[in-house]
Amino acid sequence: MKENGTFIKRAMVIGGGIAGISASIDIGNAGYDVILVEKLPSIGGKMLQLSETFPTLDCAQCTLTPKTVETGQHPHIRLLTHSEVEGVEGKAGDFTVKIRRKAAYVDWGKCTGCGLCQEKCPSKKPSEFERGMGTGKAIYTLSPQAVPNKPVINPSECRYFLEKKCRVCEKVCPVGAIDYEQEDRFIEEKVGAIIAAVGFDLMPMETFGEYGYGAIPDVIDGLAFERINSASGPTTGQIRRPSDGKVPKEVVFIQCTGSRDPERYMPYCSRVCCMYTAKHARLYKHKVHDGQVYIFYMDIRSTGKGYEEFIQQGMEEEGILYLRGRVSRIFRDGEKVAVWGVDTLTGKKVEVSADMVVLATAIIPQGEAKGLAQKLRIHVDDYGFFTEAERKLRPVETDREGIYIAGCAQGPKDIADAVAHANASASKVQALFAKH
Amino acid sequence: MDYLYFPGCTLYTKAKNFDQTARDCSLLLGFQLKELPNWTCCGATFPLATDNIMALLPPSRILARAREEGTTLTTLCSVCFNVIKRTNRLIRNDGDKRDTINNFMETNYQGDLRVLHYLEILKQDVGFPRIQEKMKKPLTGLKAAPYYGCMLLRPFEEMEFDDKEKPTLFEGFLEAMGAEAIDFPYKIECCGSFQSVGSPEVATECGYKILGSAVKNGAEVVVSTCPLCTFNIDHKQADIKQKYLDFKPIPVLYFTQLLGIAMGLDYQTLGFGQNFVDPLPLLKGKGFI
Amino acid sequence: MKIELTREKVHNEFAKKVELISGQNLFACYQCGNCTAGCPVAFAMEVGPHEVIRYTLLGLEEEALAVNTFWLCASCLQCTSRCPKGIDIARVMDALRMVILRKKDRKDHIHVSEFQEGFLEKVPQIAFISGFRKFLS
Repeated sequence: MKENGTFIKRAMVIGGGIAGISASIDIGNAGYDVILVEKLPSIGGKMLQLSETFPTLDCAQCTLTPKTVETGQHPHIRLLTHSEVEGVEGKAGDFTVKIRRKAAYVDWGKCTGCGLCQEKCPSKKPSEFERGMGTGKAIYTLSPQAVPNKPVINPSECRYFLEKKCRVCEKVCPVGAIDYEQEDRFIEEKVGAIIAAVGFDLMPMETFGEYGYGAIPDVIDGLAFERINSASGPTTGQIRRPSDGKVPKEVVFIQCTGSRDPERYMPYCSRVCCMYTAKHARLYKHKVHDGQVYIFYMDIRSTGKGYEEFIQQGMEEEGILYLRGRVSRIFRDGEKVAVWGVDTLTGKKVEVSADMVVLATAIIPQGEAKGLAQKLRIHVDDYGFFTEAERKLRPVETDREGIYIAGCAQGPKDIADAVAHANASASKVQALFAKH
Repeated sequence: MDYLYFPGCTLYTKAKNFDQTARDCSLLLGFQLKELPNWTCCGATFPLATDNIMALLPPSRILARAREEGTTLTTLCSVCFNVIKRTNRLIRNDGDKRDTINNFMETNYQGDLRVLHYLEILKQDVGFPRIQEKMKKPLTGLKAAPYYGCMLLRPFEEMEFDDKEKPTLFEGFLEAMGAEAIDFPYKIECCGSFQSVGSPEVATECGYKILGSAVKNGAEVVVSTCPLCTFNIDHKQADIKQKYLDFKPIPVLYFTQLLGIAMGLDYQTLGFGQNFVDPLPLLKGKGFI
Repeated sequence: MKIELTREKVHNEFAKKVELISGQNLFACYQCGNCTAGCPVAFAMEVGPHEVIRYTLLGLEEEALAVNTFWLCASCLQCTSRCPKGIDIARVMDALRMVILRKKDRKDHIHVSEFQEGFLEKVPQIAFISGFRKFLS
């Protein structure tokens, strides 16, 4: 520790997605201690749900898992997962953060991560991680490679909590780690700087009445497509639609769902949908050669390195049909999904009788972001994204010294930009620590 | 040095003045156009349908016969030049098509002829300084607009004639003769080509715009390299005049006719009778004849 | 005004035939419109070359073949020389002509018998020969 007087040279990173992980590793590598707080049972964030990433089509887990493992084993990083920030007091160099350690109902100190409890748990429910498609258990980890690889019990699904019977996990646990009596605990940590990297959410499909309020089974969002396409997902990577498991042959993607719609939804561009839709379309064509992809778009925004080439390759070499225009309405039509769109390039209304529709729904702030901003006493914009000190020249600082922001919590970003943003905030923390 | 010469159909009829002046000028410049024996039609369009091998046979036959006579082939008409040069390149680079063509024609042509436009001979082999030396009546004070059209230039990668957007070869030639080369944006725009047969009114419009652009930039005469362009921008001035009443006719000359004047050939041998708009008032007014 | 798109229709046999004859990949077209912007005869066209390419790609054979666009194309290659995607648009226009001209029943676009008197004498043969290549079955 480089303790020097009262200025505490220990950082807290809130949010364990790729931004939070990147910032933590950077600060840890500089020799400062880091406490990484994550509300879910394990780190990795949204990226862990992705199948492949653009524009390289690398396997997301293959690139991320080394990072999560490094974070979990890092001598300077302490993980506080399944935990949430309750309150923040103090100032730069001397913050006191109150943290709720949510009850896991499993003694992680004893648990070896053998997975037997999850295997035997009789309570089955749609998995949130799998976007409601795969089967989850009441005692679960987010993925087999979870860091830390320790399960938690969801009391609202668990038969013991609901009906006071079962206790199967307790019976099968070889080390006696199950603890139904566990309660939330509160701890206090003292840190000198905080990085808020709480990530994003997707606008729920239930928002979009014209697209069926999320009630049409074969209308899914982008993250759901990631899970369908993922080898570790509910279909083991085969492209099968949710309603009947058939391989969809006509797939419609709708960009700007909820984005760039100032009247009804979000006025801003979500920045990543153009690219991930192109990626989805290409991955789909790699698996369903005789399928046809239709992408409805307003503009194609592909400003990253290698992005435009990626888009054009999809059009040119994989026969992806881009249709310029919005989709006005989607409705269930027997086994099909009727899509009413337009191709403004020909000026004609376009109707597609699709087998599956994927909505590139808008990126929105995490639900807890506003509350956290209040605790940190930093500003948010009209939508709830954290506000940087200056739009152009101080993109990772906030109005408060010692509090920084990283990743999509500040605004929509792709992985490369989120990581760069996180690297920048980590270097700000290091500079602050080095100054004192 | 002598060059194998493919005149093409129109040079024998409606563009005799182009053919004759080119031959006469070459003698004055110290080379001879050696007309190919038994030449046939070039096909007049390079086939754009990739499967149309039949349309490649006429130019291929010309090339194969020319190769028996020598190594460098020249033409005057831009259309012929385009067809022959593109076909030559195709035979050189596409082994499959080369075999098909040779098998059909019972020839063994490899695409190794040098195909040059007459202007390229003037630039590369004769050289503009030598042309300058040969001037008997430099065209001082003549504002001449060089009209390239399409076929000399495009496709650029195949024609390798000059810069596709801003060619200057023609200007250099005019300036060597002492004329003032008028740069005008429509110098690389299409004359309407064969649309003079398909949609004559469209070709009329093309001609009107090209001439208007030349005049707007100060041209007194438009200089052409192609009998089809010449038809569309010279002979069609009758149609243009009919549609645009305030249109003022402007003479269109083949570049070899201008060269003939400048090298002191008797103007009566330059075939001005075949030009639609009479250039004599202009040329006399400038004191060239 | 309305198109019902299906995977059978998009890039259908008609579109593939045009691609085969022209040797061009229609999916490469990203509809920038450069071809139409520079076309010297676009003023007389019912729709621009880029729109015909769009129709063709979408499998709208009737719409694609009904317009005058490709009949007016003079193969000047201005579009081809500036296409940012390297599509030889003039070849696509020629292929559309060929789709019609190569049909079993003769579908000549021009008729010599309808030429005005004196037209044959006036026009150079090179125009006729090119024209016949482009307009006659």
